[in-house]
Amino acid sequence: MNSMSETTSEGQPAAERESLLFWLIGLFLLIVLPALNVLPAEESWLHVSDFTLNRFGKFLAFAILALGLDLIWGYTGILSLGQGVFFGIGAYCMGMHLMLTIGSEGVYGSALPDFMVWNQVKELPLFWTPFYSFLAAVGLGVLAPMFCAWLFGLLAFRSRIKGVYFAIITQAVALSAWLVFNRNETNLGGTNGLTDFKQLLGFRLSEPGTQRALYVATVLALGGAYFLCRWIVQSRAGKVLIAVRDSEQRVLFSGYSPSNYKVFVFVVSAGLAGLAGLLYVPQVGIITPAQIGVLPSLEMVIWVAVGGRGTLVGAIIGAVGVNFGRSILTNYFPELWPFFLGGLFIAVVLLFPDGLVGLTRRLKAGPVGTLFKKAKPASEGVQP
Amino acid sequence: MNEKGSIIYLDGVVVDYDGFKALNNLNFIVGYNELRVVIGPNGAGKTTLLDVICGKTKPAQGRVIFGKDVDLVGKREDDITKLGIGRKFQAPSIYSNLTVWENLDLSLKRDSKGVIATLLSTSTAAERERIAKTLDMIGLHEDPHRRAGLLSHGQKQWLEIGMVILQDPALLLVDEPVAGMTDKETEQTGVLLQTLAEKHAVIVIEHDMEFVRQIARTVTVLHEGTVICEGTVDVVQANDRVREIYLGRQKVGH
Repeated sequence: MNSMSETTSEGQPAAERESLLFWLIGLFLLIVLPALNVLPAEESWLHVSDFTLNRFGKFLAFAILALGLDLIWGYTGILSLGQGVFFGIGAYCMGMHLMLTIGSEGVYGSALPDFMVWNQVKELPLFWTPFYSFLAAVGLGVLAPMFCAWLFGLLAFRSRIKGVYFAIITQAVALSAWLVFNRNETNLGGTNGLTDFKQLLGFRLSEPGTQRALYVATVLALGGAYFLCRWIVQSRAGKVLIAVRDSEQRVLFSGYSPSNYKVFVFVVSAGLAGLAGLLYVPQVGIITPAQIGVLPSLEMVIWVAVGGRGTLVGAIIGAVGVNFGRSILTNYFPELWPFFLGGLFIAVVLLFPDGLVGLTRRLKAGPVGTLFKKAKPASEGVQP
Repeated sequence: MNEKGSIIYLDGVVVDYDGFKALNNLNFIVGYNELRVVIGPNGAGKTTLLDVICGKTKPAQGRVIFGKDVDLVGKREDDITKLGIGRKFQAPSIYSNLTVWENLDLSLKRDSKGVIATLLSTSTAAERERIAKTLDMIGLHEDPHRRAGLLSHGQKQWLEIGMVILQDPALLLVDEPVAGMTDKETEQTGVLLQTLAEKHAVIVIEHDMEFVRQIARTVTVLHEGTVICEGTVDVVQANDRVREIYLGRQKVGH
C-alpha cells in the first residue's frame, strides 16, 4: 500500500506539467491567436491574417479526428482505414444544411440547391428535409457516423475480424462510400460536392468575424474532445483498451467482452470524425467526395503516426504539423507533396516509430541515457 | 470426491479437428478443492481439455457440467469466466504496456465488466487491499508500478497466475506453468499452486515429472484424447499402459 501511494505521487509532476502545457497551448489558440488577428494593424509583423487563422481552424478540426483515430489505433491497436467516411458523413450533414440556407441566392435563383436544378431534380429529396434545421444537421453530423460505426463494428467485431482484415474491409468501405457520394443519383452534388455556401445561422460566411467565431468554436470543440479522450484513456475502461491491444485473449478470459470495447472505441472515434467534418465544411467552404475517400483516410493515419500513436498530444501535433507542412509545401512545390508524404511515412516507420512525441522523449532520454549506461559498468560494476 | 460432488464433469466429450479426434469420448471429473495434474504425451489432448472447459473450443459431442448443473457447452468465454473459471495460458499472456498493478486491477472480479460500468468505476479500499495481498502472494510487491513488459519470464507467469486468482475462480486451469522457469522459480510456483489449492479447485497441465511429484495428489494420464489412468503419482508410474505410452518418448519419473 505504501509503495503504491508513493509512486502515484511520483507520477503527479508529469501529469501536472502536461496539463500546464495543455492550458498554455489552449490559451494561445483560444485567445492569443484570434487577438493577434483582430488587434494589431495589418502591416504589423504580429498580425495574424484571416487566411492563417482560417487555415488553423481547418487543421484543428483535423486534430479532433486524429484524437479519435488515436483512440482506436494508438490505444486499442485497431487500424481503421475508413475514418474519412465518418468525417465525410459529418461534413455532408453540415454541407446540406449550408446548401439549404443559401435559399434563392443561388445562380439559378431557385429554392433548390444549384446542382439539383442543373441535374433537373424538381423536388427536394426527402432525406434533405431535416437539414433545414441547424441543430438537426449538427446532431446528425455526429450521431449518424456513430450509428454507422456501431452497426459496422457490431458486425465486424462480433465476427472477430481483426488486424489487417479489419483494415482492408474499412478501406473497402471508404472506397464504396466514395463511389456512392460521386454518383449524381445520390443527390449530394456528385463529383463537385457541395459548395458556394453563403451563410450559417444568419452570419455571412465571407465575413472575417464569422470565420473567427468558427475558429473559436473549433478550438473549444478540440478542447472538449481532448478532455473526453483523456477521461476515457485514464479510466479503467481506457486501460482495458490498451489491454485489448496487448493481449486480447487475456481480456476475454478476464470476463470482459473485447468486441464490446472495440465497438465502443470505434463509435467514439466515428463521432469525433463526424464532429471534425461538421467544423471543417463552413471553414473550407466546400466538401467533395475527393476529401472523404481512400486517400484522405490513409492520410489521416499518417497524421497520427507522425505525431505519435498512443499519446493524445501526439495525435494533435501530427494532424496540425502534417497539414501545416502540406500547406507550405504545396505552396512552393505542389507536385512534391505526395512524395514528401510517402517519405514521411517511411521515415516514421523506420526511424521514429513512436512519432514526434516518441522522438522528443528519446532525444531527452537517449544521449544522456546511453552515456550513463556506458559509464556504469566501469565506474560501479556492482549494479546489474 | 467429497459429498459436495464435482466442480467440473466432462461427459463423453468429443472434439473433432477435421477427422482428428483431439478428445475422444472423454470422461473427466474433478472435485471441489482438488489439485489435479494432467499429464500425457504431446497431442494427447491436454490443452484441448482446458480449451473445452473455458469455452475456447466447442466440443462436437458431450456435456461439460460446471458445479451442480451448469452446462458450459455453447457459452461465451467471458461468460464462463464470470461463472468462476479462470485460465492461465501456457505462454504468459499479460498486458505488457500496463503496470503490474493495472494488470491485476483489470483482472479483479467486479459485478460488471461492461464498457459503461468500467468507464465509471473507481477503486475501493477493499479492492486495493486485495491487490496488495495478491502482490505479496506472487512475490511482486516490490515494484507494482513497473511496466509488466519489463518483468522476467518467471515473474510474468506469476503475474498471470495472480491475475487469475483475482477473478475469484472456483476452478483454476493452469497450462504448463513452469515451462522455461529456473529450478528455484519452479519450486516457488509449486508452493504457490499448493496454497491456491486450499481455496480453489486447480487443474494443472504439466510435463515436468519432478514438478508433478512436488505438487500432485491425483494425476490423470491422457492419451489420444481419452483418460487411460488416474491415481497417485506412484500408481500412475507403475501402470503398464502408461509405461508403454511413454516408452521411447520419455521415461516417467526421474
